[in-house]
Formats: sequence, structure tokens, C-alpha cells
Amino acid sequence: MSEIASNLELNCEGLNCPLPILKTKKAIDSLNTGEILKMTATDPGSVNDMASWAKRTGHELVSHTEVSNVHTFLIRKR
Amino acid sequence: MADTKKLAIIASQGTLDWGYPPFILASTAAAMDMEAVIFFTFYGLPLLKKEIDAKVSPHSNPAMPMKMPFGSKDFQSINWPIPNAISGNVPGFDDMATMMMKETFKKKGVATIEQLRGMCQEFGVRFIACQMTMEVFGFEKEEFIDGVEYGGAATFLEYAADADISLFI
Repeated sequence: MSEIASNLELNCEGLNCPLPILKTKKAIDSLNTGEILKMTATDPGSVNDMASWAKRTGHELVSHTEVSNVHTFLIRKR
Repeated sequence: MADTKKLAIIASQGTLDWGYPPFILASTAAAMDMEAVIFFTFYGLPLLKKEIDAKVSPHSNPAMPMKMPFGSKDFQSINWPIPNAISGNVPGFDDMATMMMKETFKKKGVATIEQLRGMCQEFGVRFIACQMTMEVFGFEKEEFIDGVEYGGAATFLEYAADADISLFI
């Protein structure tokens, strides 16, 4: 699997709805267009929530992977 | 985005359980680039106080699971049957239930109401306090957090008329 370098990492493990989304929003605001945010979360609801959030805001959900209940999202700022 | 969606919420309840949804939805809406307004009326007004003292009452919520926030996983999954005679009459029962709910939320990584309220303000969610209810219940502006607007039904409806989502909570 090719690794995409991220400009910022955000750890939302252990946090529950809606904190991962709120923290992702704050983190993405601090980036420049085209930069990548890597967010990790353990909330299973964050899978659908991140997809919905990206769809609504227009930021690109580049990838979602899961390893032993830890979800990793790569988001490119639009 | 050209077409900004708008969310309009009426928060009419101030208990710990009912206090969450308005702040969760408004902060998330703002995080999704929507505009959001919460109109606080009747028992929702205390959610604007500097110190939120929201409690939960199992007696008036018969479907509420009564589970312990500590102990083994099996112990925590037990839903304790509490007779009405106890939940309604034992002094301090609501305080205990409130403490347990707060503890459970904390353990599950859920934000506090104060935290979510702060995020709302940070993201530009507008809070409007119902002027009439303030008069009726004797609330003063000094008791509330900064940044609150004051208005009545017409103020809310003027905004809600153009809202894409309107909720009464």
C-alpha cells in the first residue's frame, strides 16, 4: 500500500460523536488548499459521518482504512 | 459554497439528556459549513447560564437504561430495574443518576454540554434567548454567557422561514 504523506495528524481515538467531526473541521481549517489531514478514530460511527461530512463540505476523503478497530482517514482540503 | 444550508433549532428542554441534541446538531451543522441558530425558550433557557446545572430524571424517563459506569463489563451491562417508588421518592436519586450519566458519557468519550456549547460559539452558531420566557421565569442577561442575542417568536421565524432544516427539541 502506498503511503500518502500527511501535513497534519489528528488523533480522535476514544472520542465519540460529534467530537471527531468537530475536531476534523478545526484541523482542516488550519490547512492550506491541497494539503492532507490524517485523522484516526475508534468511533465506528465516524465511518459514515466522515463520508457525509466530506460530501457536504466538499473536502476530499482520499482514503479510509481500518486496522483492529482504529479507523484512519486521509482528507485533502478543497 | 454558493448555497449555504441553514439549520434552525428550538431548544425547549434543559435537562442533561435533552440539553445535548441542540448543541450536538448545531455544532456539527457548523462543522459541515451550514449556518445554525438555536432559539432557547422555556426550560431550554438555563442551557445559556454561565454554569450549566442540568440534571436527568429517570422517574420521568421510564425507558432510560439504568446502568453502572464502573465495574466489570458484565456488571456494567446490567440494566437495573428501579421501581417508581424509589426513583420518584428517594432523595438525591436524580443527583445520583445525573452523576452516573455524566461519568458514563465521559468514559465513552462524549463531550460535555459546556464543551459543545463552546464549540458552537467558536464555529459561529447564533444563540437567541426568548425574551418573554426570561421575563416569566425571572432570568437576567447577566446570568447568561456572552454573545447571546435576545428576541421573540418573530425573530426566530424570520430566520426559520429560510432554513432548510427546522427542529423543535
